[in-house]
Amino acid sequence: MTIVEGRITAASGPVVRAAGLESATVGEVVRVGPEGLLGEVIRLEPGEATIQVYEETAGLRVGDPVAPSGSPLHAWLGPGLLGATFDGLQRPLDRLAADGTWLLLPGRAAAAFEPQGAGLAGPRLALGPDRRWSFEPERSAGDEVGPGDRLGSVAEGPIRHGILVPPDVARGRLLELPPGDHGIGEPIGHLETATGIVPLHLAQRWPVRVPRPVHRRLPVERPLLTGQRVIDMLFPVAKGGATVIPGGFGTGKTVLEQALARWSDADIVVYVGCGERGNEMAELLASFPDLIDPRTGGPLLARTVLIANTSNMPVAAREASVLFGATIAEYFRDQGYQVALLADSTSRWAEALREISGRLEELPGEEGFPAYLGSRLAGFYERAGRAVVLGAPERIGSITTVGAVSPPGGDFSEPVTQASLRLAGAFWALDAELAHARHFPAISWTQSYSLYVDQLAPWYEETLDPDWRERRAEAIDLLVRERQLLDVVALVGADALPDEDRVVLEVARLLREAFLQQHAFDPVDAARPPEEQLALLRTVLAARTGLSAELGREATLGQAMEAPVLDELRRARSWSGADLVARLDALAGRLVDLRPEAVP
Amino acid sequence: MTESDAAGATLSVRRLRGVERLAGPLLIVRRAPGIALGEQVIVTGRDGARRHGQVIELAPDLAVVQAYEGTAGLDLGSTLVEFTGEPFRLGVSAQMLGRVLDGRGRPIDDGPAIVPLRLVDVNGGTINPAARDHPSDFIETGVSAIDLLASLVRGQKLPIFTGAGLPADQLAARIATGARVLGEERFVTIFAAMGITRREADFFRDAFSASGALDRIAFFLNLAEDPAIERLLTPRCALSLAEHLAFELGMDVLVVLTDVAAYAEALRELGTAREEIPGRRGYPGYLYTDLATLFERAGRVKGLPGSLTVLPIVTMPDDDMTHPIPDLTGYITEGQIVLSRDLWGGAISPPIDVLPCLSRVMNAGIGAGRTRPEHRVVADQLYALYARGRELRRLVTVIGEAALSASEQRVLGFADRFERLLVGQGPVHRTLDQSFDVAWRLLDELPPDELTRIPAEVLAARRPAETDETTGEPPEGTT
Ligand SMILES: Nc1ncnc2c1ncn2[C@@H]1O[C@H](COP(=O)(O)OP(=O)(O)O)[C@@H](O)[C@H]1O
Ligand SMILES: [Mg+2]
Repeated sequence: MTIVEGRITAASGPVVRAAGLESATVGEVVRVGPEGLLGEVIRLEPGEATIQVYEETAGLRVGDPVAPSGSPLHAWLGPGLLGATFDGLQRPLDRLAADGTWLLLPGRAAAAFEPQGAGLAGPRLALGPDRRWSFEPERSAGDEVGPGDRLGSVAEGPIRHGILVPPDVARGRLLELPPGDHGIGEPIGHLETATGIVPLHLAQRWPVRVPRPVHRRLPVERPLLTGQRVIDMLFPVAKGGATVIPGGFGTGKTVLEQALARWSDADIVVYVGCGERGNEMAELLASFPDLIDPRTGGPLLARTVLIANTSNMPVAAREASVLFGATIAEYFRDQGYQVALLADSTSRWAEALREISGRLEELPGEEGFPAYLGSRLAGFYERAGRAVVLGAPERIGSITTVGAVSPPGGDFSEPVTQASLRLAGAFWALDAELAHARHFPAISWTQSYSLYVDQLAPWYEETLDPDWRERRAEAIDLLVRERQLLDVVALVGADALPDEDRVVLEVARLLREAFLQQHAFDPVDAARPPEEQLALLRTVLAARTGLSAELGREATLGQAMEAPVLDELRRARSWSGADLVARLDALAGRLVDLRPEAVP
Repeated sequence: MTESDAAGATLSVRRLRGVERLAGPLLIVRRAPGIALGEQVIVTGRDGARRHGQVIELAPDLAVVQAYEGTAGLDLGSTLVEFTGEPFRLGVSAQMLGRVLDGRGRPIDDGPAIVPLRLVDVNGGTINPAARDHPSDFIETGVSAIDLLASLVRGQKLPIFTGAGLPADQLAARIATGARVLGEERFVTIFAAMGITRREADFFRDAFSASGALDRIAFFLNLAEDPAIERLLTPRCALSLAEHLAFELGMDVLVVLTDVAAYAEALRELGTAREEIPGRRGYPGYLYTDLATLFERAGRVKGLPGSLTVLPIVTMPDDDMTHPIPDLTGYITEGQIVLSRDLWGGAISPPIDVLPCLSRVMNAGIGAGRTRPEHRVVADQLYALYARGRELRRLVTVIGEAALSASEQRVLGFADRFERLLVGQGPVHRTLDQSFDVAWRLLDELPPDELTRIPAEVLAARRPAETDETTGEPPEGTT
């Protein structure tokens, strides 16, 4: 095949124009300049191609060559993903670091590790050149297999990594599929199809802009348990659902995303640090060695894929990082896993779209964002979901997407927050005032919501608590009434309130301090199983029963409000131990009767 | 760091007489063959004065050059443009410590010539996130509000948000001269002035000279009267030297960048001249990315001894923290120290408003074995009480103090004492122990049921008798 090279005609920031790329297609990967910087064709006009370049463009000249690659931007999917850290273009940052590359320079060392391109170099660069995997087949020669069928698996740490027929390979008959040790680039067997013999590999590639197909979408059924009380009890997200976390800087988006990475009950976590801090990725990585995955007994890092596109990396790669994350998440979903796709922050991705759009001199929409912002965001959130995946045996997988949003000035009326809101089923609004008062997680109970409550209620009622819905409603109602009452207090003072309202205020405060607050760095309270969450909620509501019983007993209500047992409740967040639920229940038993003589 | 030998740098000089258009800081020139994006340009006007610039855009026939000194005094016909074939590089060396340099790194004091150890591309690279060492070494600044509540950690980027006339410079100088990691040498400081007045620059010079540390600081000065576009280079030069000292020579380096607002204005000026679609309040949409390429250069690297800590000073226009400059800065940096006009008016010095303050990497730097085991809970408790006190203060203006309960009055009183005694320490340097003494003295005045953030066993260890009496419970249920 002869490659027709183009020539650069103009360059500005990450956008380059080239002539002579007559046969290129939109979305095609190209190599730009003498160093072969990675770029992608984003617009074609007669005689001119517009290219976004994923690396620093300083040093490019008019007349420099531009070489098409013949393929779109794609991810390499296979064993070696788990536990790895990639940049936004799937360069293996952890292996680069191990090689001593601590500083990434434009078009230099990192480019040598960049896995785009055909042949065996790509997957070996992305997934590790030296590792060998012991393949255990589940199908054998003579079997007929088709797209998505599981051929077998390898053990990747504590996780069985399924090896599937790629979705874009035609149905055919297996010629051979022996067990054995294989490197990433080697064939593990062959498939005879109508159009010829196709080698099968441990790794497959997939264009990142194209969602991987599923057999059939399913409604959601179960919560993604996060260990966070305010989420699991009040604003749950479903496995296969999507949620957005908007919040100004310092309100706790990253801490929350990282808490989900550590504590949520997903099988696989794909964490995309998109346009954010390098130190946060280091922090997340540093926390993993001590953490054990309760599901596998192995290290928690073994279920995690990290994509680190820090804020100082070239802006076009920021756009790509989110797509790589989604593609990797889909790949594990296709194996039948429940995947959490955590993106911090989708605003930086949207800003990358805006920046490229500006360089293309497209007509800007709201706040300079391109008119297609909404459809691009939709494309991302639509990759979440629960589905019967392609192929046999039948498997159900899901992707739960959690996107942080960083609204300028903390103002939620901006386009990215608003567009995301329409797409996600749960909304965890972070409140700067709560954060300043060190109420964490700073999830606002007045603004947040979850549209999954009705779909998830059956699970909660069967598994956890037949009265979950009522209890949840009572808690939210208390908080809403507190808000209204505080407005009154601000005008006339608490003394003017009737006793009933004073009890509401006191219980709401207990609910906030003893239940909603949950310190992410507290060794025992950072994450709680749902039974303990529920027991604590019951205990707080028992205090309401106790205090309400004192209503009308003018003499003792004041005393009851100061009862030392309430102080115990305030500190119950720091309790732990196997008998915790029993202890909380005992505490609840003492709280329902606050008559002074009942207090020991 | 990008290496280049000085010899090859000047061989490919190409010249062009005459320019097509002059517009603000931009020169539009005919495109000569082989011009590279980012290449440095020397512009000589009719007056013979040399100016410097950089190619920022290539079009089929034209190239756009940004001139650091602006285009005043140039004409279309006689202007001479020379292309150097190289990006802007700075010669870096430890000899630059103790020296005063201009905004582009050339000495402007009367010291000897500086022999650079090597030339570096001032744009630097990206620290591989997987090679970063998570910042975790507590830095004692001697300022209680910072050390207790928003601890600075080696390798962090922590800005000071200030308002016009508030003493941010004093605080920064105090940190730069007084900060130390326990048991280690002091920091060396790189001071990058971006568009500040000579008076402010002199203040820093004097502060360092008074502390006897002039040989441990390098000054990069782009003052208010200096060319605005050159300001875009100043922090990059300062950070390039800092990287050399930190990651090649193993020093602990503190970089003070002031004022980020003036830097951002220079960027806006350039964006406007390029007729770009402006983002919020006229600042370019890429302000976030641009600032990130500065601040993200802070950090520590696994296996390398040094550290690079960045302390930007950001003047909030109109004291507005939601203004794009502080807002975007806060989104990039690892927390912020915020100064308050109200406290300053109330003679609290340093006037640090701790509520919006934050240090995101603090957690890794504090606690048992680093500062004090109870550091986290004490900090949380102080915050929570002060936040409540501040809210009550607001309430009192409406309903009067008499309407408060006894407990609320205690919290209100706490907030006052917290501001006066803990925040308002004046010019003295407090060791961490002294800061904790002040904190505990304030907390000790409150009954234990106000101190719900502090686990019972910590309180019990501090005042055993009292805890037992009030709860009537042994601190059993609290592991
Ligand atoms: N759940 C939490 N528990 C304790 N502290 C928290 C929690 N969430 C946030 N914080 C505090 O707030 C700071 C900022 O949180 P972060 O997630 O980095 O904010 P954002 O990503 O929204 O800018 C953290 O460094 C931490 O001190
Ligand atoms: Mg964040």
